[in-house]
Amino acid sequence: MKVSICSQAFNPWQALQDYQQDLKPDVQFGATSIFIGTMRDYNDGARVSSMTLEYYPGMTEKQLEKIIAQAGQQWQILDAYISHRVGKIQPDETIVLVAVWAAHRGDAFDACRFIMEALKSTAPFWKNEKLASGETRWVASNSGGYQKG
Amino acid sequence: MSIKVRYFASLGERMGRSESNLELAQAMTVADVWYHDTSQIMPNNVLAAVNMEYAGLADEVNDGDEVAFFPPVTGG
Repeated sequence: MKVSICSQAFNPWQALQDYQQDLKPDVQFGATSIFIGTMRDYNDGARVSSMTLEYYPGMTEKQLEKIIAQAGQQWQILDAYISHRVGKIQPDETIVLVAVWAAHRGDAFDACRFIMEALKSTAPFWKNEKLASGETRWVASNSGGYQKG
Repeated sequence: MSIKVRYFASLGERMGRSESNLELAQAMTVADVWYHDTSQIMPNNVLAAVNMEYAGLADEVNDGDEVAFFPPVTGG
């Protein structure tokens, strides 16, 4: 299990490959489910030129570890990895990577979804957007991911 | 007792500070810490944590605790 807070841009595919390399030679996993969140250049009716992500050092990591533990209580998972950006982010850069390894796809898919939704609603991160107009604004809240839209 | 109070994101901007140290004469709840430190009515959507764990407004705080207040989280 690994939780990582990155202040620099990272390549999620490389991070996944490196992490999975460390899981070998224990190849109990038959299923890997991943979610990658990328910064868009448009949000809530405006062009966004960059974003700054604030977090609560200490609590954020603790909360992410707790979320993985909760997933482990509900599903049969073998391992999980969360990597999340902080600081200044440009459009097209990866914001978050969630990966879950399990013996079977049901547990991998469901636990990955759960971790991502729990992260969105409870992990202490806050987005401040810089608009193309030069104005800055705090994102007020995250939408509920299990509802459409 | 001594409490470290922290504010994050838009709440930190609104308070004009990201942290302060509060000296209290008696036992207090999380809500009391807010009122003593800010003298403001708490906005509805404020979340609180004590020692980096989510906490309720009625939870008690102890000497040396770190109490944090922040707006709804928007990561991911």
